[in-house]
Amino acid sequence: MSALTDPTSTGASPAPAATTGEVVTLVSRKTPVVLGVLTVGLALILLLQPESGDTTLRLARETDIFQLPDLTLPTMPTAWALTVVCALLTGESVRRYLAKKRTPMWLVSIFAVAWMTGFLVWAAVGETLPVVGLLAGSLALAVPLVFGALGGVLGERAGVVNIAIDGQLLFGAFAAAVVSSMTGSPWPGLLAAAVAGALVALVLGLFAISYFVDQIIVGVVLNVLVIGITSFMFSQVLAPNAADLNTSARFKVVPIPVLGDIPLIGPILFRQTPVVYLLYIAVAVVTFALYRTRWGLRVRAVGEHPMAADTVGIKVNRTRYRTILIAGAVAGLGGAFYTLVSVPQFNREMTGGAGYIALAAVIFGKWDPIRATLAALLFGFASNLQGVLSVIGSNVPSQFMLMLPYVVTIFAVAGLVGRSRPPAADGVPYRPQ
Amino acid sequence: MNDAVTNEQAPAPAEKESGGQPPEPGKGHSLMRQIVAGDAFAGVLAVVLAVLVGSVMVAATDDTVRETAGYVFARPSDFFSAVWDAVWGAYTALFRGAVYNNLVSDFATQIRPLTETLKFAAPLILAGLGVGLGFRAGLFNIGGRGQMLLAGAAAGYVGINFDLPIAIHLPLAILVGTVVGAFWAAIAGVLKARTGAHEVIVTIMLNYVAYYLLFYALSKEGLLQAPGSANPKSLPMKESAVLPDILGDRFNLHLGFLIALVAVAFAWWLLNRSALGYRIRAVGENPSAARSAGIDVGRTWITVMLIAGALVGLAGVNQVLGTVPDGVTLDLDAGIGFDAITVALLGRSRPLGILAAGLLFGAFKAGGFSMQAAEGIPVDIVLVVQSLIVLFIAAPPLVRAIFRLPAKEAK
Repeated sequence: MSALTDPTSTGASPAPAATTGEVVTLVSRKTPVVLGVLTVGLALILLLQPESGDTTLRLARETDIFQLPDLTLPTMPTAWALTVVCALLTGESVRRYLAKKRTPMWLVSIFAVAWMTGFLVWAAVGETLPVVGLLAGSLALAVPLVFGALGGVLGERAGVVNIAIDGQLLFGAFAAAVVSSMTGSPWPGLLAAAVAGALVALVLGLFAISYFVDQIIVGVVLNVLVIGITSFMFSQVLAPNAADLNTSARFKVVPIPVLGDIPLIGPILFRQTPVVYLLYIAVAVVTFALYRTRWGLRVRAVGEHPMAADTVGIKVNRTRYRTILIAGAVAGLGGAFYTLVSVPQFNREMTGGAGYIALAAVIFGKWDPIRATLAALLFGFASNLQGVLSVIGSNVPSQFMLMLPYVVTIFAVAGLVGRSRPPAADGVPYRPQ
Repeated sequence: MNDAVTNEQAPAPAEKESGGQPPEPGKGHSLMRQIVAGDAFAGVLAVVLAVLVGSVMVAATDDTVRETAGYVFARPSDFFSAVWDAVWGAYTALFRGAVYNNLVSDFATQIRPLTETLKFAAPLILAGLGVGLGFRAGLFNIGGRGQMLLAGAAAGYVGINFDLPIAIHLPLAILVGTVVGAFWAAIAGVLKARTGAHEVIVTIMLNYVAYYLLFYALSKEGLLQAPGSANPKSLPMKESAVLPDILGDRFNLHLGFLIALVAVAFAWWLLNRSALGYRIRAVGENPSAARSAGIDVGRTWITVMLIAGALVGLAGVNQVLGTVPDGVTLDLDAGIGFDAITVALLGRSRPLGILAAGLLFGAFKAGGFSMQAAEGIPVDIVLVVQSLIVLFIAAPPLVRAIFRLPAKEAK
């Protein structure tokens, strides 16, 4: 907090010292405990319900140039091997805890991958697991979540709690559908989505920044308001004139030449729609802007200690307005995914509360764009699991598989993330003296 | 609305709780007093403004209005009478559906809409109290949906599978549902108290977990699924577990509304008259100060979530045993878990405010359906008007600026 508002660092040179605003926490035993519980859980599943047979992992699609062969693994040995990996990682985490060191992020990430793979290999015994399809689909489904989470991070870093993410997504989807239907091209729709998101943010700013209304109230109510307006317009205007107003032109998949042909990674990351490529750019730009530019330093200063920022001459409320307008535009872009990529028309309440998931990703990611993006990807994976499981069938009731990601998130939030600290002035309106 | 009063009363339990330290008035005090003191007028204007915006939307999407707008300069009277017809039609239909139907002859049918309003208001009040109680302790409970789903499912399970006399069966079903709701919500409280996990994430995640748990129960015979059915739906409740109608068979109003009233009284007593309520408000105002005053903040969070979950759970019970007793379904919450947030906000997290807000939103709900049936206006307009009311009421200065009223006091 103090490093952020160092007056000298608002000068010409971007201050690398003022990094993530992370809290220095004491080493807690929560991480090893959670990892241990998860490992034991996996081992118990394998012990109590052993399966015989093979699991096939499909590592390429039919259309790929380089065809990796399908990988057929004996189910139980593979699952046990991965359990052992999980146990080893847990051991390492315990060792680090005893040595009073924190468990690093990479260890947790590897653990997560190993655990999830082990579980899926077991669950999909005798079936083929379309790895590429699963991951590519997860990325696609995570698009609105990531955009929404970026919008949330930007807003909250400037001290404005953005609960209206859902409204921004929904209004973006609505505007994108209407504009791209009228123009017959997805690009104007994308622009309209950004404008629509910014519009919701403008209302948020008007009430929260200029009129000091509680930001949670404004955010929640704006979500309801946007649901009301879009559903009303949908029934009254869009549905009767569906051909002219609600038949959006969709983005097509554009493979990136060379990159798209890399085995495994190519089809997942580089054979997507332009919206996904825009997402990569957005994540990079937001991260760079927030941590490496003068603008970002000011945004963070305004979010941490507005009075200090004001003292050194930063216009607090103007900075906040600007930031949440950008944040709204970013979130609005995510809304475009629904009507320009997913399905070619708008439907009432079509975001299905995704904005609240994005909000969870913001907090899960500790108000950091990269971590929030990863959290959003996890939730995308969760929602994509549904389709994959219904196709491959599995030996666990599908409802439990579908609930798993959310349970894991609770574990993760309780054990790995712990006390998350929002920007100090988050949600506090600033009244210049 | 009675914040000023409650703050004055606060010091009495304070002596016991915090070793005689008087509570800080806090920043919210003067602000709230300012709002409470003379803003009733602005509140009325806020409603007027919201209704006005709703009217514009109704008129702008009305076919006749758009037709006549084409020659508005040639014959403005056509245009304005079309606008009037559309708007007047909409709001009278809303009123007829929510309060009093003057189009029918016998008295019982005339006041039937009012009882429908009360029926719709009951779960909104219950869940609103739960969310509002959370707000008072500084907890944002978005998990209303999950708490309602599981509480409703548990009450439904008892209601379907047990054979008991009504005097035992009904209370048992209500109790089981309430307890399940309480414990489900308490998960978030415990995790926040013990590990610092943010309640917003946990309650959102628990919504999904609850949904899939219910989905599982509804697709498994022996748990909740009706035998021989492929749909995720249970059998109807046994007669002895259904909340009885309180005004006779001609009305749908059931005991749930009285439960809601009792809950309001309980919540009022809890917040304003009990030591626990004092601790809740202290934690909500400033957890650090509360901690140094000797209040166990974590335990207060857990208790609050237990009570909040019980209240929200009662809303789910009310749906399953009262409003829709023909079987547990996946959408038994009917969006009330989220509506409750708006209700709590409009009621400023105060029990009596929530009662009023719940009644208002219940009226909108009852009236909205009849408006849709009679005038063909989508029920969603109600959402727009509701949310605008909350927004405008929260920002009296904006309303003043719009109506060019003088500012209340120079700062």
